[in-house]
Amino acid sequence: MRDFWQRYRRNKGAVVGLGLLIFVVLVAIAAPIIFPASPWEMAGAPFQRPFGEYPLGTDMLGRNVLSGIVHGARVSLMVGIISTIVAVALGLTFGALAGYFGGIVDDALMRFTEFFQTIPSFVFAIVLVAIFRPTIYSIVAAIAVVSWPPVARLVRGEFLSLRRREFVQAAVVIGESHLKIILTQILPNALSPVIVMASLMIASAILLESALSFLGLGDPNMMSWGYMIGASRSVIRNAWWMSTFPGIAILVTVLALNLVGEGLSDAMNPRLARKGRA
Amino acid sequence: MGRFDYVARRLLKSVAILLAIVVMNFLLIRMAPGDPASVIAGEAGAADAKYIAQLREQFGLDQPLTTQLALYVGGVVQFDLGFSYRNQRTVASMVGERLPATLLLTVTAFVLAIGIGVGLGVLAATRVGTWADSLVTVAALGFYATPLFWVGLMAILLFSVNLGWLPAFGMQTLGSQMTAGERAVDVARHLVLPATTLAVFFVAIYARLTRASMLEVQDMDFVRTARAKGLAPARILRAHTLRNAILPVITFAGIQAGQLVGGSIVVETVFAWPGIGRLAFEALLQRDYNLLLGVFFLTSVMVIAFNLITDLVYSMVDPRIEVGA
Repeated sequence: MRDFWQRYRRNKGAVVGLGLLIFVVLVAIAAPIIFPASPWEMAGAPFQRPFGEYPLGTDMLGRNVLSGIVHGARVSLMVGIISTIVAVALGLTFGALAGYFGGIVDDALMRFTEFFQTIPSFVFAIVLVAIFRPTIYSIVAAIAVVSWPPVARLVRGEFLSLRRREFVQAAVVIGESHLKIILTQILPNALSPVIVMASLMIASAILLESALSFLGLGDPNMMSWGYMIGASRSVIRNAWWMSTFPGIAILVTVLALNLVGEGLSDAMNPRLARKGRA
Repeated sequence: MGRFDYVARRLLKSVAILLAIVVMNFLLIRMAPGDPASVIAGEAGAADAKYIAQLREQFGLDQPLTTQLALYVGGVVQFDLGFSYRNQRTVASMVGERLPATLLLTVTAFVLAIGIGVGLGVLAATRVGTWADSLVTVAALGFYATPLFWVGLMAILLFSVNLGWLPAFGMQTLGSQMTAGERAVDVARHLVLPATTLAVFFVAIYARLTRASMLEVQDMDFVRTARAKGLAPARILRAHTLRNAILPVITFAGIQAGQLVGGSIVVETVFAWPGIGRLAFEALLQRDYNLLLGVFFLTSVMVIAFNLITDLVYSMVDPRIEVGA
């Protein structure tokens, strides 16, 4: 663990990213303490400029922009994390089955994966959320459904190569069940690239959620960054702050997650770390 | 296996995926809220049971699901994507008239993204560790983390509202008499902001990818050989390093086609660009599911076509490709 941190720390960007991420997480957790009132409630006069009575101004209904951003952090992180968990679970299942059993199972599952990878993911997510009505559940489900294929391909690759290793063969010889071999022998060895991918997936899930709620497909009961920007689009000429600040919040959060993902990748594959990193 | 077989197999696969999308589209339309018959009946102002039953019969909604599916697939093959009851027009005619604007936007953005992205990647890779490299790397990281719609809004704020350089909305100036040349310039001016906005995210991806790929290739034996035999650095870069480093970029560009089309929905919404992305947004506002799924189908076709093209380009650029695989 200490080794791991030593290696992680070598990537300065990753350390900055971790700091930013911890900040965003703390803000999300503390949101009800910082702003106990609902972010939907009117706080003052509408269209107040930032850096006055309200640090980031108020919107057209007099709602506090900063409060919206703070509460929005909860929604963004929650949607990002839960949809990634679901997507990783789907990807692990399909990828493990395909890589472990090979043959027809592999063929069928990979065609299935390829299909989901080909269809334009954002358009598909829009269609799903629109048809099943925008709620937090349909949003999470839609993001998960369009995000799992890369995990499946990655896990399949890992499983294909680990499947032939001696320790797995040994487990087969002593008669362990398929499920036990998958869960106790192969999976733990295949996890580290999945963890790296998952951290990057949270970032893209947050971007996806923000784009959905920008288009009006957010959960109508949840204050989210994308919604704030979408709602203020029509008044951008008079009130720049209403769309500028929530965008910065998205940028900071997604950037932090990407940096952390790269740091994890470096720390887990020290040999690859320096060479050819983008 | 020859080139012809490879192309034939790729085409066959594309058709299979397309068919699967049609079937899924059919199922999604069935799941969408509101039975089409009661929707029309409601709009005709005569929602009694007998009329609805009559409509259901007329549209084949009383047939078994498999028959309906067969009818639907038969329709799509003839590019019949259903009817938009809200607009009283066929979906095919609506998406058809919006397609050129979207193609203009996405192709321009794609060319910009590849050109600028690969250029910046090469710049960074040939100057590793300098300020230029750091600048490209940091900018790429930043843009990779920025939502497209926000980039678009900020671009409008800066270049349209504050500086007044470029138009922010639409595809052309309405109601003015212009010659063909003036019109082209007018469209081009309207195109600058949306195309750049859409390109920005992909510039970031291609720059990072090109840089990484160049660094990897630069260390390879054949590049060292080229250097040892005294080739000019510019020629090594062009004929040896870049030629090989560009391969993963092409692969990735194919994978990213769907994202480009998806991004155009958001960008067209921000800039009121009259393409199918904007149409998707209008369909969303009106909860016009037939239209929305028509857009979904058309964008899927675009992505499949694009994937096919990149695969073929790849097989031409890389002679080593195993055409049998």
